[in-house]
Amino acid sequence: MTAVEHRFGPYGGQYVPETLMPALDELERAWIDARDDPGYQAELDALLHDYVGRPSPLYHARRLSEAAGHPIYLKREDLNHTGAHKINNALGQALLAVRMGKRRIIAETGAGQHGVASATACALLGLECIVYMGTEDMRRQKPNVERMELLGARVEPVEAGARTLKEAVSAAIRDWVTNVDDTHYIIGSCVGPAPYPALVRDLQRVIGDEARAQVLERCGRLPQRVIACVGGGSNAIGTFTPFVADAEVELIGVEAAGEGLESGRHGAPLTAAGLPGVLHGAFSALMQDEEGQILEAHSISAGLDYPGSGPEHAWLRDSGRARYVAVTDVQALEAFVRTARLEGIIPALESAHAIAWTLSSATSELDLVCLSGRGDKDLAEAIAHLGSARAR
Amino acid sequence: MIAPDHLGRSAPDHLGRSATSGIERIAEAFEAARAEGRRAALMPYMMGGFPDLECSREIALAYADAGADLVELGVPFSDPLADGPVIHAAGNVALRAGARVHDVLELARAIADRVPVVVMCYANPIYARGLERFLDMLAGGGASGLIVPDLPLEEAPAVLEACDRRGLALVPLVAPTTPEARLARIGERARGFLYTVALTGTTGERAGLAEGLDVVIARAKALTEVPVAVGFGIATPEQAAAAARAGADGVIVGSRLVRAAGEASDPAAAVRDLVLALGRALR
Repeated sequence: MTAVEHRFGPYGGQYVPETLMPALDELERAWIDARDDPGYQAELDALLHDYVGRPSPLYHARRLSEAAGHPIYLKREDLNHTGAHKINNALGQALLAVRMGKRRIIAETGAGQHGVASATACALLGLECIVYMGTEDMRRQKPNVERMELLGARVEPVEAGARTLKEAVSAAIRDWVTNVDDTHYIIGSCVGPAPYPALVRDLQRVIGDEARAQVLERCGRLPQRVIACVGGGSNAIGTFTPFVADAEVELIGVEAAGEGLESGRHGAPLTAAGLPGVLHGAFSALMQDEEGQILEAHSISAGLDYPGSGPEHAWLRDSGRARYVAVTDVQALEAFVRTARLEGIIPALESAHAIAWTLSSATSELDLVCLSGRGDKDLAEAIAHLGSARAR
Repeated sequence: MIAPDHLGRSAPDHLGRSATSGIERIAEAFEAARAEGRRAALMPYMMGGFPDLECSREIALAYADAGADLVELGVPFSDPLADGPVIHAAGNVALRAGARVHDVLELARAIADRVPVVVMCYANPIYARGLERFLDMLAGGGASGLIVPDLPLEEAPAVLEACDRRGLALVPLVAPTTPEARLARIGERARGFLYTVALTGTTGERAGLAEGLDVVIARAKALTEVPVAVGFGIATPEQAAAAARAGADGVIVGSRLVRAAGEASDPAAAVRDLVLALGRALR
């Protein structure tokens, strides 16, 4: 039995109030037990197959490829039930909560996709579900708020700070500190204290496992570059992990440059590469001022609007195995529209960042891009921005 | 009632170091409370820089005047995971008013010759400054100890070693959820006192004391050599007295005082009255 990683190089750890430490131990033991249990794996696999619709297709986006000048294959996580990769993790953790005897689930959400995935898993398994969401994100992602409520979850508005993902995570952690006895916190990304970054990665690596087999079967070769957007980084870590040992494959994480890295209004702690620090229980790359106060992130995409990042990404960066780049709001919007027009696919604004990067980065070889979610939730926000751009 | 001056404490030297170490000063403060026949030492909490820096200096002086045995001085942080709404909001106000870590640590200097100051700071502002530099500033301001609410046992060794080198007390926390074997390991490494969290939750006022607090305290006392101080959810003189009756060597009151500092037209006078009342309840 291998242990669950607490550190990735210098990053990771468990910087949380003492009250939570026994719950983190319990979760780690439960995960070690579950991942080696054929019963748990069979139950999860069956749900992923019959309920989520896995394996998700690998799609050769011919017209995008033409526009880019190189072949682009999209891993279609947008076709999962609930419309994003988040369901892979939410189902795995909800099953784990049931094993631990915890019937009350809390979650945070930015874009609403993880909130919807958690609400869905809880409806399926008959669990109580409370989702913390910043009120700015509730405004930006209204359809997802309505979906969560229809699914029987309670959406708790968070008014603190910039009223986005960072504050929603903080509010969820405070709830957990208070209700830890009967509550499991389904964190939505590969962030937070150990064992979460490793647990979420393990549950998301199904993306990369499938994609690697699919591309080998279809193209008879590995991609030159594997590209995924990074907020906390769960779709990216899930996509990258099976390719880490393939030294010839470049791994590219695309962060939100927002209004431009130099503006300071971005969500790109890995690319900006400032002083690392502690946020939400882990030591990792983050956005902070010289006093150690955490800065507000900015991105048009609520799912990338986060000043922290998963600790394993910080280590993949430092060790040179992955490279992190950033794409602006404007570039992401352009890619959003082009993907719609050229492929008949409306991508999530998050995933549009990854597509924008492959479109603008020449290669003659094969790019594999994780299309982490669909963009229906973003229509109002995107149209408002496109409208104002047109008016200028 | 006033922190006694008869303990032979020497004045800080030119580097701000006291001849008596912070660890010793904290021990003396608990010992003095006991020697005077009081039921528990009183440790009011304040948010440094709230509502603004000058006013928080007056609050610190008011705590000392009103007979606090120790003072817990909070450093504002943008994302305080262990704190409830009152202290969270106070930290935000302090940051918006321009409070900087250095200014807050300097507040300790105003009262450190009268009462030992224990600084409460989340991990990130410490690492951002650099552990050694931060602790030099802490000791330079005359503080006696440090509480880091998001630094559990597993992450603490380097900080503990650096505090020990300076005679600063790294005060750990234990919670009602902490299992016994773990509590013993924390209790062994405790310096100054063991901060026993009275309830499963964040800081903030509660209607009553947590049930079974006497059991929580007895368990903590059995597994550490240092005094056991209790905080979280203790707001009123009645609750403070009840915590002392439940066996606490020290009582920490935070949100109630921070709320008063935010609401009163004369914050220093308001907190002085509250600390006096809390002190009376512990006599």
